[in-house]
Amino acid sequence: MHAPTIPDKLRRLNWWIVLTIAVLGGFGIAVLYSAAGGGGSFQPFAMRQGLRFVVLLGLMLAIASVDLKFWLRIAYPAYAVVVGLLLVVELLGAVAGGSQRWVDLGIIRLQPSEFMKLTLVLALARYYHFLPRVYVTNPYRMIPPVVMTAVPAGLVMLQPDLGTATLITAGAVGIMFLAGLNGWLFVGGAVAFAGSLPIAWQLMHDYQRRRVDIFLNPENDPLGAGYHITQSKIAIGSGGITGKGFLEGTQSHLNFLPEMHTDFIFAMMSEEWGLLGGLFVLACYAVLIGWGLWVALTGRSQFGRLLAGGLTITIFLYVCINLMMVMGLAPVVGIPLPLISYGGSAMMTVLMAFGLLFACSLSRDRTLIEEGPNYS
Amino acid sequence: METEADRQHLFTRRALLVGAGQATLFTVLAGRAAYLSVFQNEHYKLLAEDNRVSIRPILPRRGLIVDRRGYPLALNRQDYRLALVPEQVKDLEATLDAIARHFPLTEEDRDTVRKMVRRVPGFMPVEVARDIDWQAFSALNVNMPQLAGLQPIQGYTRYYPDGPAVAHVLGYVGSPSAETVDADPDPMLRLPGFKVGKGGIEEIFDTRLRGRAGADKVEVNARGRVVRTLGRTQDTPGDTIELTLDRELQVFTAWRLQGEAGSAIVMDVETGEILALCSTPAFDPNSFSAGIKTREWKALLGDEMHPLLNKPFQGVYPPGSTFKMLTALAGLASGVTPEEGISCSGRYRLGSHYFHCWERRGHGFVNMHSGIFQSCDVYFYDLGRRIGIQAIADMARKFGLGERYDLPVPSQKRGLVPDPAWKLKRHGKKWLPGETLNASIGQGYLQVTPLQLAVMSARLASGRAVVPRLLRKDVRPAPLLDVPAEHLALVRQAMSDVVNSSRGTAIGARLRLPGLAMAGKTGTAQVRRITMAERRGGVRSNDSLPWRERDHALFVSFAPVDRPRYACAVVIDHGGSGSKAAAPVARDILSFLFKQDIARGDYRTPSTAATQPAAGNTDEAASPAGTPADAPATAPLPESPGTAVSPDPVAASSAPPDTPATGD
Repeated sequence: MHAPTIPDKLRRLNWWIVLTIAVLGGFGIAVLYSAAGGGGSFQPFAMRQGLRFVVLLGLMLAIASVDLKFWLRIAYPAYAVVVGLLLVVELLGAVAGGSQRWVDLGIIRLQPSEFMKLTLVLALARYYHFLPRVYVTNPYRMIPPVVMTAVPAGLVMLQPDLGTATLITAGAVGIMFLAGLNGWLFVGGAVAFAGSLPIAWQLMHDYQRRRVDIFLNPENDPLGAGYHITQSKIAIGSGGITGKGFLEGTQSHLNFLPEMHTDFIFAMMSEEWGLLGGLFVLACYAVLIGWGLWVALTGRSQFGRLLAGGLTITIFLYVCINLMMVMGLAPVVGIPLPLISYGGSAMMTVLMAFGLLFACSLSRDRTLIEEGPNYS
Repeated sequence: METEADRQHLFTRRALLVGAGQATLFTVLAGRAAYLSVFQNEHYKLLAEDNRVSIRPILPRRGLIVDRRGYPLALNRQDYRLALVPEQVKDLEATLDAIARHFPLTEEDRDTVRKMVRRVPGFMPVEVARDIDWQAFSALNVNMPQLAGLQPIQGYTRYYPDGPAVAHVLGYVGSPSAETVDADPDPMLRLPGFKVGKGGIEEIFDTRLRGRAGADKVEVNARGRVVRTLGRTQDTPGDTIELTLDRELQVFTAWRLQGEAGSAIVMDVETGEILALCSTPAFDPNSFSAGIKTREWKALLGDEMHPLLNKPFQGVYPPGSTFKMLTALAGLASGVTPEEGISCSGRYRLGSHYFHCWERRGHGFVNMHSGIFQSCDVYFYDLGRRIGIQAIADMARKFGLGERYDLPVPSQKRGLVPDPAWKLKRHGKKWLPGETLNASIGQGYLQVTPLQLAVMSARLASGRAVVPRLLRKDVRPAPLLDVPAEHLALVRQAMSDVVNSSRGTAIGARLRLPGLAMAGKTGTAQVRRITMAERRGGVRSNDSLPWRERDHALFVSFAPVDRPRYACAVVIDHGGSGSKAAAPVARDILSFLFKQDIARGDYRTPSTAATQPAAGNTDEAASPAGTPADAPATAPLPESPGTAVSPDPVAASSAPPDTPATGD
């Protein structure tokens, strides 16, 4: 068996999916062009976002063409490095005082929490890949993945970044569910989660509590912190079915909509493109996520299946939490809409996730990974 | 999970479960988006418009108040103001600091703003500064984007060019009180900087003067900055109110009364049009327009000369000797002949009481004519006793006393014309003969306002039932009173002699204009009671008394004697005697008026001085000369402003002199 060449791999790539990703990214750039205000402008958002998108698309293809075996091999080291970076950020934050989420590497600002979303999925997939089948439901064998999840989630929570911590944890829980842990654990977990909400409330920062409170009653504070949710709903609702037209959104162009180029970009898009625009975006995501699920279902190795499933869940959570937030179904947690929101971190995470998904899909028809106890 | 196949099955089941969950959530999201943008579309569209479109009211310009020639007495001066919307201001102190860099703000101003910010709902703009000069205003406008919540306002401030001279007639404008706002549904009242009229014409015609607010429909961004104008509804200025006042005469009258507490009214004797009406001391209504300072207000309230009291309407005085004409007319109406007389010894006995004449030495023989022009009290005691109080009261009412007129003033005193019925009702007691004596010389219960004195003078002069008017409109001469012309002529002659005869009480006040003579009557109203002891020791002179205890000085007059045209009443509070304090004021006012009329060509003096009654005409009032009561009016003033010097043919034709009002 010989390893396929890179052009070979690229030829076998599902280009419809690449196209869907490009369409979403391109649409995002168009929305950012409008978000610049006035009659629309490539500065300051659209141009940079476009460049970033092209570069990161390249990165995605690069990752796609790397053999899945490689990712299996570096899963633990990568996880360890990112946990280390999270610790560094935490320490730096403690020194600088206040919250910090990134390490300044001079050229770019690295947000380790973003990488953690990927590396945790890799590490957990690897863990269950090598865990003998009989041990999967063994309670003691649950301890390592729980610790592997709790450490980074806790560190991110300390930053404090509730949204990312939620994403990381939820992704991990998803993988464990797919890995085959006892179903009752998840039912019990959900009950325990609900029961622990009051305790979580106690531990929350004031601003986080306020966000939850405002989510529950946005009308109580229409001009204060409830402003975000209220204005976002106004933007989406006033867009109607066909929208106000490209560059014609009043909520966004008159600055009523806050964070319109980042977290609330869906609201801005909906105002100008209407329900049809919104459903189109939703459909694109549905295609991507459905494809991810297909990759997972058709994976030939446990690592590939869990990796694809975990990444799909992560991407889904990104999209879902953001959309719920802008439509007033979830509190404001500060999670961007992947591929569309302005900003490099989320886009990088998601495109790298797609890269890994492609890698999974390319190694799908070969029992590539035959190492480990399950196959011997 | 025994085999790899089992594991794969489990994975597939669970992955499909996850997929189903995801599909469900996506469906919920799609449904939510559809719910918001389809089912709640109207609602959110409205909210988006609400965000985007701001209606900025344009305060209407208040209607002008002009004098009889169209000269403005109250107008609007453009000024620039700044308001802030509390809920849009992030840091009030910082914003105030920023404003203070362009416009001086005192600590008091800041306090006022802070208080208002606490009091009003957050969306209500609070005025921070007014009367900002254009430079500071444009500087603030440029910096507006950095200062969230500031609103520039171009507005108008009420301006009274003649200030205190018109204060009591026009009133002033001020912020509406909380009660006014509650009681009046007009939403304009809630706009910042909106003023309502208070006192005088401004109050009475407030709704007509207000006009209707316009609005700028503008698109604003989230910080309230105007992005573009969507449309504008022009404001509708308030109506112009045209008064009968003559601005120049009004100003002169106010100037002439300066330093005194008093009233002066000039009225057209045919139409009742009020040409001047002053009350002194006055306040400056301009200082109210911009919001009066507490200190200033307290000073006005505490002043013993009562600058806030509108004396012509609200001051009540015993008419004193100015009433004697009415007693005389009542006598004539009751059949007393003018020749009948009495010998004045300086006092008059009624039962065991003595009623004193102001002239302690006595006047000797007096009849009606000399009784009036020498103002002999004893003659009128006797006359009053003979005809009784009811005849006197009826005549007083016929001449407009004890009456409130239909005038645009917020408050008017009725005064009092006493009669037995009144006394029975009010005090439950019978009328006493001594009270008739007091009433017949204008003392006792009698109370009149200066305006009523002016009306009385005008009715005496024209014989018409004139009512005072402040609003300029087409007016016909008032109907004639049912008083025989010869009675009026007799009284007028006597009044002429008061001023023009060497023995008259107001000889010093005769007009110094060739061909023009004034008729009048002095009055002195006691403020305190003169005791018997004081009478014996000699009545203290007014000069030796504290101001508050001095007599009120009154003077009623009309001119010209032969063809009366204007009536003038002057009351000087605590002025001492009518002849010394009040008559010269009336003389000067009428002189000014006639000089002005002559200059404008509205009035032609006869080429000869024939109309001037010979001085020293002291004889009895046998002369029926003078203008018949129903003589045609002198020329009305030209209607249109700006034709002040146009020759007036009617005036010219009326110029030929009548028979001189000499006695025999």
